[in-house]
Parts: sequence; structure tokens; C-alpha cells
Amino acid sequence: MSSLTEFLTTFPAMGRRDLSELKKAIDGGFRTFSREFGESLENFFYPLLKFLVWLEKLLLATPWPIIILIVAALAWFGSRSIKIVIGSVLSFLAIGYFGMWKDTMSTLAIISVSTIVCISVGIPLGILMARSDRAQAIVTPILDIMQTIPAFVYLIPVVMLLGIGKVPGLIAVCIYAIPPVVRLTNLGIRLVEKEALEAADAFGANYRQRLFGVQIPLALPNIFAGINQTIMMALAMVVIASMIGVAGLGVPVLRSISNQYLALGMMNGLAIVALAIIFDRVSQSYGERLQRHRHGVQHD
Amino acid sequence: MTDIKIKIESLYKIFGNKPASVLQHVHDGMSKADLLEKHGHVLGLKDINVDIPARGISVIMGLSGSGKSTLIRHINRLIEPTAGKVIIDDQDVLAMNKKQLGDFRRHKASMVFQKFGLHVHKTVAENVAYGLVIQGIALKEAKKQSQKWLDRVGLAGFEEHYPSQLSGGMQQRVGLARALATDAEILLMDEAFSALDPLIRTDMQDVLLDLQTELHKTIVFITHDLDEALRIGDNIAILRDGAVIQQGEPQNIIINPADDYIFDFVKDINRGRVLQVKTLMSTGTGISGPDIVEKTVLEDALQVIANADTKAANIVDEGGNTVGSITLEQVVKGLARPDVETNPESRYR
Ligand SMILES: Nc1ncnc2c1ncn2[C@@H]1O[C@H](COP(=O)(O)OP(=O)(O)OP(=O)(O)O)[C@@H](O)[C@H]1O
Ligand SMILES: [Mg+2]
Repeated sequence: MSSLTEFLTTFPAMGRRDLSELKKAIDGGFRTFSREFGESLENFFYPLLKFLVWLEKLLLATPWPIIILIVAALAWFGSRSIKIVIGSVLSFLAIGYFGMWKDTMSTLAIISVSTIVCISVGIPLGILMARSDRAQAIVTPILDIMQTIPAFVYLIPVVMLLGIGKVPGLIAVCIYAIPPVVRLTNLGIRLVEKEALEAADAFGANYRQRLFGVQIPLALPNIFAGINQTIMMALAMVVIASMIGVAGLGVPVLRSISNQYLALGMMNGLAIVALAIIFDRVSQSYGERLQRHRHGVQHD
Repeated sequence: MTDIKIKIESLYKIFGNKPASVLQHVHDGMSKADLLEKHGHVLGLKDINVDIPARGISVIMGLSGSGKSTLIRHINRLIEPTAGKVIIDDQDVLAMNKKQLGDFRRHKASMVFQKFGLHVHKTVAENVAYGLVIQGIALKEAKKQSQKWLDRVGLAGFEEHYPSQLSGGMQQRVGLARALATDAEILLMDEAFSALDPLIRTDMQDVLLDLQTELHKTIVFITHDLDEALRIGDNIAILRDGAVIQQGEPQNIIINPADDYIFDFVKDINRGRVLQVKTLMSTGTGISGPDIVEKTVLEDALQVIANADTKAANIVDEGGNTVGSITLEQVVKGLARPDVETNPESRYR
């Protein structure tokens, strides 16, 4: 009787000794793996690191009025809205005035590079998923894991492999930010009307003509929404990435948390928000302009 | 006199996971409903044999779900068959390899779709030039070459519009111009005008007939509307449950419907405006009375014959040669709906 009660109240867990053996074995295995491959991985990512460092230096070396002019020009090119241009310029002036210029440039550099990485990996992956149901069945759960697993958990293996620094930070940001662009590329292509594709087939279009002439252009608004979300998520990772050695606006935020600097934390936090809003508005109105052709008189 | 452009031979299409495994049941005469219930496969087409003459408009008719779209998509192989042949100019489309099929679609057959199938991200001019661009011609040159078709269907001035800025009728003009621009000999039209309002539809039929007197393409035209079929078709094939149940000249189908299904199709048409005296006349020597051209419809003939003393008329061909005669009685008989013997065996469904 008493043994039954015991069975019901305590979970028949693996012995503590076995458990710690298991964990040790996994850790040991991974450590061996990282000793073996850490260096070649680092070499593999070296060009990316060089590019990131180069961009950061470039942004920092460029005189601030020129940066502001470029920001204004990009905002105008993207949105064609004078309001958004003025908003962007004012935000950057405020950022500079409150002494956050340097950190902002570092953050811009890492956001740009990770967005480029996410797009150049994510869009082909999304195209592959749209093409094959099997690829979709494999990639979707991986994306689910990437989006739900706490960022701190995948920081551990990344840091074990590559140590602390810009590249592991970049990878952490990309793991977190890539799912939307993959998902929405896949979705956008799958949502392209059957009739439009059938017409392409009937006129003898080959795979390439179908993809670049019909599927991608028609999926572009969705792909763009994915890129927009990817940028937002990359910005959201800035603080966590600074924990493993990425320079930028996240660093003072971290410092404020441990030292209870309210003002410093707020200012840098607001700078991140300002960047997010600028990116969002500009890319969204660019996306809207891309689908101008849909805003005619609708017939069906 | 008529040479055959497209020859469809014992074509079968079964939709499902393992079409080949149930083909034998279809050969053995299993019905569409039984095949679905017992084996979970949909019978799309069953033993289709149709000859489509060159340079004419062949209409394929049938109710919704009878297999019209499936059939027309076998001609350019947008759908793979389960068994059979589609022979065009001595070549079996269904045996072509990928490259041959691509060439065939780029140069030989083009298509117009019920829901237009336009590319909404391209301008009207780019849509019309599409087939040429796919052939490998640079966009600018393709636009130049296709401009005449754009003008021909009445879209001049709309080159830079997007499809969403046009009405349905205009959009289908774009679809038609796009199909014409590749100079393909075969034009496949799947309910091309069904989505349009009646007036616009008549307009488009005129555009098509007008073009056809000039271009003499081999046109396969699908519709579920008998009036449309009679208006434009040189010959008609009628599908039911994936099988052709009657084919021939429109006039013949009206006076000799093969079964109740077809009778239901033809019973409501205005016979006086569709049937021609030629179909009902007694061939041979003429009689005394006024002359009527053979293609005159009954309604017009009635007028003449009723006023004639003999209550009859001579039928002449376009050259004025007598080909037969017709009496008032024959005309009146033609106007009356024939009784189809309602044989319970032939009653469908
Ligand atoms: N991909 C498919 N899978 C399964 N069944 C199909 C498929 N395509 C068509 N069918 C079936 O084949 C039959 C013929 O369809 P089809 O589209 O050719 O008819 P239709 O005569 O063109 O009808 P409509 O006038 O509605 O366009 C229908 O029973 C349909 O359900
Ligand atoms: Mg159809």
C-alpha cells in the first residue's frame, strides 16, 4: 500500500546520477564537436565578420550630416512621404543630441547585415518550401522551434561554438529573425492565383520564367511583409545580442539594468523604438507602392 | 473537303491516387458514380473520340462537371491523360518530351481562360506581349509586334493600364489579344465569354467571328450556353459525365437530339431563329413559288411562304441554283418541338 502511494506521489524519474551522466555526455560531445569544428566555422563566417566590421567603421567614419542626408533620401525613396522623411530626420537628430549616435550606427550595421543574411537565406528557402510539400513539412517545425525557443537557450551552443563576439551575435539575431521572411515567401508563392500560373504554363513558360515572371512578382507584397517583420525582430534582439558582445544600443540598456540607470535605459530603449518605427513605416509604404496595380476598380 | 487538325483518340482521364489501377473498371463500363463510391476515383473523361477540323470553330458543350475543361486541357497537355492520344498535325501531343511540349505551347496553340488568367502585376501591353516574351523576344520588340493585336481587339489607348483598371469585357479582350499575338494556329477557349454580361458577351462573339473570317484559325470553344454554341459553332460535340454523347452540325443536333439529355439542351431554343430552311427542305427539283436562300432561318422564311400563293418556296444556294423546296407545312413542323420518345432506358440520371 505504502509503495503504491509512493509510486503515485513521486514521479519515477531517471536517477540523479544517470541524469547528470547523460548531461555530461551531451556537453562533452558538443565540446568535442566545437573543438573540432569551431575554427572552421569561424573561418566560414570570417567574410561576414569582415563585412560587418567594415560597414560599422564606414557608418562611424561618415560625417553625421551625410548620414542624415542618406537617411532622408532612403526614407523618401521608400515611402515618398514627406512626413516620414521629417520624422526620420528629427529622430536621428535627437539620437545624436542625446549622445547615442555611435551606438546607433553600430546597431544599424548589425541590423543591416543580419537583414541581408536573412533575406539571402530566407527567400530561397521559402521558394524551396513553396515548390515541394516535403520541404515545407520539414522546414515548418524547425521554424516553429526557432520562433518559440527562448533566445537564451540557443545562445549557449552558439557561444560554445564561436565564443563571444560579433559573429555569434549576428547568428543569434538571424536565428531569431529569419522565420517571418521564410514563412511569408512560402505563403506568398503558394497564394499566387492558379489562373495566373496556368496561363504561364499554357504559353510554354519554363520554370525560371514562371518563378521570376509570375510567382515572385505576385508574391512580392507578402515577401515584403516578411522582410519588414524580420527587420523588426532583428531590432528586438539587439539587447540580447549585446549580452554576447555585440556593440550597439543594447549595451547601455544592459548596463542600465544592472546599475538601475533609469534615464539611460529609457533613452536607449526609445532610440531602438525610433529605429523600429522608421524601418517599419518606410518598408511598409514601399510594400504598399509595390501593389499599386491592385488598387484599380475591382472586378471579378 | 475538311482536313482534320486535332484528332482525339480513345482518351481517358481518371482523377485519383492510382488512376491506372481502376482504368480496367472504366473499360468494363463502370459508371462515374460507382467508380467514385467503390474506388474513390473521379472519372474525368471516358473514351473520347473527336475530330476537330482545321480552320473552323468547334464547340464543346456540356453541363457543369461534364469534363469540358478537362478535355480542352488535354489538347495542350495542361492535364496528363490516363490513356489515349491527341494527335495534332501527325504528332501525338501526349508523347512529346518537355522541350517539344514547350515549343508546341509557345508556337502552336494558345489559350483564353474563363477567369481571364491575366497577370495583374503587368500592364495591358505587357500582358498582350507575354507569349512573345516567353518565346524569347525582348519585351520592347514583343510589345511592338503585339501592338496590332491590341489595336485589333479595341484596346488602343489602354496600353499602360493595369488589368484591375479594366471592366471584365475589356480584360477578356486582353486575354484574346494575348492569345492571338503568338500567331498560333490553334486557339483554345475555355468558357472564354461565360463570365461576361449578355450584351458584352454578344460583342465578344462578334469580335471573335470577325477575326475568324480573316484568320481561319482552328478554334476549340467551350461553352455551356447553347445559344452561344449555335451562334459561333461550325460543329458541336456534347459531353455528359465525361463522355461525348453526340457530335455533328448544330442544325442536325437540334432536329435529331440523340437522347433526353440533349433534348433538354435544345428544347428551349427559339427554333424559328436558329433552324435554316436547308435543314428541313425536300432536296431535288424546285417548285413554283418564290426563291429563298438556303441559309434563311425559318422565321424569315415563314413570312415569304405564308404570302406565296402556293404556300411553298424554292430553295436556292448562294449562287442562285435551285437545291430543293419547302412547304408551309414543313416550316410549321420544324417550328414545333419534336417529341422525344421517353424511353425509360434513355432517361438520364
Ligand atoms: N484535379 C481534379 N481532381 C479530381 N477531380 C477533378 C479534378 N479536376 C476535375 N475533376 C472532376 O472532373 C470532372 C470534370 O471537371 P471539369 O472541370 O472538366 O468540368 P467542366 O465541364 O469544365 O465544368 P464547369 O462547367 O463547371 O467548368 C468533375 O467531376 C470534377 O469534379
Ligand atoms: Mg470548366
